[in-house]
Amino acid sequence: MSTDEFTVKDKVAIVGIGETKYYKRGQAPVSEFRLACEAIKKAADDAGIAVTDIDGFASYSNERNDASRVAAALGLPALRYSNMFWGGGGGGGSGAVGNAAAALVAGYAKYVCVFRALAQGQFVRFGQAPAVRALSGPAAYTMPYGMSVPAHWVALRTRRFMYEHNITQDALAAVSLAGYHHAQFNPRAVMYGRPLTREQYDKSRWIVEPFHLYDCCMENDGAAAVILTTADRARDLRNKPAYVMAAAQGSGYRQGASVENAPDYASSNFKSLAPRLFAMAGITPRDVDVAQIYEHFSGAVILSAVEHGLCTADEVMDFFTFENITWPNGKLPINTSGGNLAECYMHGLELVNEAVRQVRGTSTCQVKNAEISLVVSGPMVSPVSDLILHG
Amino acid sequence: MAHEDVKSPYYLPPGMPAPKPAPDGLDTEFWDAARRHELLVQRCRRCDAFQFGPEWICHRCHGEDLGWHRVSGRGRIYSWERVWHPAHPALKDAYPYIVVLVELPDADNVRMIGNLLGDPMRDIAFDAPVEAVFEDHDEGFTLVQWKLTG
Ligand SMILES: [Zn+2]
Repeated sequence: MSTDEFTVKDKVAIVGIGETKYYKRGQAPVSEFRLACEAIKKAADDAGIAVTDIDGFASYSNERNDASRVAAALGLPALRYSNMFWGGGGGGGSGAVGNAAAALVAGYAKYVCVFRALAQGQFVRFGQAPAVRALSGPAAYTMPYGMSVPAHWVALRTRRFMYEHNITQDALAAVSLAGYHHAQFNPRAVMYGRPLTREQYDKSRWIVEPFHLYDCCMENDGAAAVILTTADRARDLRNKPAYVMAAAQGSGYRQGASVENAPDYASSNFKSLAPRLFAMAGITPRDVDVAQIYEHFSGAVILSAVEHGLCTADEVMDFFTFENITWPNGKLPINTSGGNLAECYMHGLELVNEAVRQVRGTSTCQVKNAEISLVVSGPMVSPVSDLILHG
Repeated sequence: MAHEDVKSPYYLPPGMPAPKPAPDGLDTEFWDAARRHELLVQRCRRCDAFQFGPEWICHRCHGEDLGWHRVSGRGRIYSWERVWHPAHPALKDAYPYIVVLVELPDADNVRMIGNLLGDPMRDIAFDAPVEAVFEDHDEGFTLVQWKLTG
């Protein structure tokens, strides 16, 4: 068996993208399920296929809107593939795309839709601890001490990394300011028309040091979806295909150990994935033209960039400047739609949509001649995933 | 901020979730020992590996005969954070507070989470030595907190 048979490279493409209007938390006028259906329909329209051509779904983070319910609601003639990426947070954003690609290469389905819908106003908020009286299991060792939400463990990992490599607040601020800068060009963005200055950033309240308010993702309502099919089908569809050059998923050695006991702690959990990703793509980190890197919290972008070889730990303070990571003049524009910080926190699936736009040439912060588009999903959870697209 | 005003004998105000031993019996020894002011870490009886949080199998040798080993309670601050946003309703007047991630050199550097007692606005150094302090709660459980030493 040749090694080619162990890869999805160039065999599959994202052919349609869709999203609802993005809302602040609690402001969606319709149910989360209806948002999911709307994003899926828009992605099908964008691809130029009928909704009823979709015959598979993949999602992540225990997506509430069950594939069977969606298939029934949309009257799909057949559901041939349904798949959920294990784990929480945005760790499965690229992984769900990778699982869809695997299903297509295996021949399980013809058009697989990856979607994510969130109406944090209608359900529990990620940023709030449950008001329970007693807890057992791993949470019993953290929550009684007020260590209860993602900001808390991402901050602990980030701080250790900052300490080990002399990283200052300036690098975190650059990530935040870049997201807000890019959102000013993007009418879909919740923070469109609301620019952020360094002074406002510095003056904003701490959530947990080293994260100011603007280092943290928003809480939103909305939905996003992408549709994948095989390369031979993709060629005949409406839009320029965004070919899956590589997809990887997983976790490093005992990264899931409970109570913050991952042996390699000051990590985004991409050290084992990134080499596999670039090997499948057959490129080096230098070849990446534009990157969408999941930012629940700014600091995680920095560790992710280092573990993907975009810069070394010693280069962080030179690499993570506003000038270097912003469109149109930066050497590597990052989060060109505004991302989780300023476009919409659609659990990172909006980053996949933006990566597709970049290779199509339709981003509101279009990187000139962008060919290689990187997505990094859900740093510091387990498992995590990443994806490279090309035009 | 609010620590001076709160009359609670505890580092964080009442109303935080209480720890409860796992229903499958995995960590009853840990919480019982904390009540006696002893700090235990799980240890494999076959290969002597320490592990924390507790699990039903040894991650190193896959042995299932796991015991509990009493450690000195001395550790060092591996990472720390000053929390300002009250993510739990009980914390709404009780911030900032300090969360520390402490590693235990006499147990293969396994780590535990707790609060660092004292002024939450003080400067805190990475790798600073700390010692376990047992915070008894009237409701019948004991938290393992930390204080700076030396
Ligand atoms: Zn063992």
